[in-house]
Amino acid sequence: MFSRAYKAAVTLPPLLWVVAFLLLPYALLFCYSFWSVSSSQTIVHSWTLDNYRELLRVNVYLQTLFRSMWIAARVMIFSLLLGYPLAYYLSFHAGARKDLLYQLVIIPLWVSYLVRAYAWKTILGSDGVLNTLLQYLHLTKHPVEFLLYSPFAVVLTLTHIYTPFAFLPIYAALEHIPRNLVEASHDLGASPLQTFWRVIFPLSIPGVLAGATFAFVLSFGDFLAPLLLGGPSGIMVSNIVVSLFGAAYNWPLGAAISFCMLLLVLALLLLSEKLEKKWSFR
Amino acid sequence: MTTVTEPVIARSEQSGVGPLLAIRNVAKSFAKTAVLRDISLQIAEGEFLTILGESGSGKTTLLRIIAGFESADSGEILMEGERLDLLPAYRRRVNTVFQQYALFPHLSVQDNVAYGLRVAKLPKSEVAARVSESLAMVKMSTFAAAKPANISGGQQQRVALARALVNRPRLLLLDEPLSALDANLRRQVQVELKSLQREVGISFVFVTHDQEEAMVMSDRIALLRKGELEQVASPREIYSRPATAYTAQFIGHTNLLRGEVRAGSAHCHSLSWRIALPDGPALFSLRPENIRLSGSATETSIVRVRGTIERQVFQGATDLLQVACDDGLTLSVRTATRENRQGEVLLEFNPADAVPVRESPDRG
Repeated sequence: MFSRAYKAAVTLPPLLWVVAFLLLPYALLFCYSFWSVSSSQTIVHSWTLDNYRELLRVNVYLQTLFRSMWIAARVMIFSLLLGYPLAYYLSFHAGARKDLLYQLVIIPLWVSYLVRAYAWKTILGSDGVLNTLLQYLHLTKHPVEFLLYSPFAVVLTLTHIYTPFAFLPIYAALEHIPRNLVEASHDLGASPLQTFWRVIFPLSIPGVLAGATFAFVLSFGDFLAPLLLGGPSGIMVSNIVVSLFGAAYNWPLGAAISFCMLLLVLALLLLSEKLEKKWSFR
Repeated sequence: MTTVTEPVIARSEQSGVGPLLAIRNVAKSFAKTAVLRDISLQIAEGEFLTILGESGSGKTTLLRIIAGFESADSGEILMEGERLDLLPAYRRRVNTVFQQYALFPHLSVQDNVAYGLRVAKLPKSEVAARVSESLAMVKMSTFAAAKPANISGGQQQRVALARALVNRPRLLLLDEPLSALDANLRRQVQVELKSLQREVGISFVFVTHDQEEAMVMSDRIALLRKGELEQVASPREIYSRPATAYTAQFIGHTNLLRGEVRAGSAHCHSLSWRIALPDGPALFSLRPENIRLSGSATETSIVRVRGTIERQVFQGATDLLQVACDDGLTLSVRTATRENRQGEVLLEFNPADAVPVRESPDRG
């Protein structure tokens, strides 16, 4: 239908874009992860597996990797626990308020990430809103320290930031459920609760999987929240990568860690896509 | 589907049992637009009742109110003497076959059929037995494990029917279930559905806009027009004795003759015949098949009129002639004739076939 030249003209720019800004950097990253740094602080361009050995040998790397996954998993679970009921209410019971509530969920996405992270700092800090309130109510004598600079603060902030990302695909999935299926379920004698578990929830699983993937992947790679609110115990793997590429000046090791993260995320995306296919019926 | 028993309607009438379902003065509006106005209707045990109407007549709304998906603004619905309209949809012993079938896409054919029995927490062995029995009834046993997306529209329709009937409802509601099928399959399914209904003896309330479909299947037809019942009667009666001009025109093809009654005679254009009606303006419905060509009859009671054939429309088994009569009247005449006709003809009809009908009121 279209000429060869037209097809080439249309496909070439995005292709070039992907090659220049995705494939090349990844290839470079991959190469760096097999190079090393000399004692005179220069990159040695000879192949070695040392970086990956280092990664497995030094406890802090693996520990941080696992902590990051654990934080991401918690963020994922809390985002789903918050996002699903919200999406369900909006889709099935909000009635005329639906559009307004939807906008209210979306608006925080327009506020800078940094502002929201700082907001939590002022809430959770030892002179923060929460501690002032707790002391005012005489629930504690001294400021509660674990609120800020802890994995707890990171999970809380990331959950706040990524819940809309979990909410959106779930909401979309719920909106796509034909309402006559719900009526058919009631018609066949199923109570609202039975209808939820037997019809609505199974049909929303692709949305849940997409939302879970968003929440996990985005928070797994996050580095600002742990930087601002994590403290030493809340450090995540991205913070290590940042320092390896910065002050520590060990690009090859940073590249090796990045590459591991990349593989992990890719594996997760593949898995979630497979599962989503299994649970979609149209 | 082979054994055909007499409709149970006859039995219940004999034993003098009350109606299965009684709809009393039901009204419903959506955003100040009246969709149903003061509907009262009874459905007998084992009856096949069709709610017939154009789109926008309120027929689907009435069905949804019986099913419990909508609530009436006023009026009540009784099933075997007890209030049905106060129960939520899932407590009503009523099942529905939806227009788009509404099969659960994530469940196999057999799991769809088992749905109602499983939520009722019936023992597994009974669920399995009744599901396979139902699937056999609609000849879908070989597709038990298939997903709805992988079977045809006609097959989905059968599964939807089995899924509803397996629960042994007191009343089955069908919302234009055949509208998605092509014409041939549709005619076949109409006959099957009717004999299935007789076999299971469950009351069916069938909603359609297709008057032919209504005629083929129903024990009674309730014709709905702009939210009000125009006439409720058996197909034969509603066809041969339409009560209103709208009914006469909606069901089958008819000639509406406008005239007046004076001193025991009906006058319409140059035609006149004896009739026992009070004086005043009158409207008559005269079916095209009740008008014959050429005056071979000799009875004096026969009404005759001369006219010219304007058009001949081939309609398969019969032809429809458009005849312009000398007095300005145009009549449709059905004829079994095969040859092309032209020119002058003499038409005749029996005055008994000119059925007086009421003017249908304008309901905005």
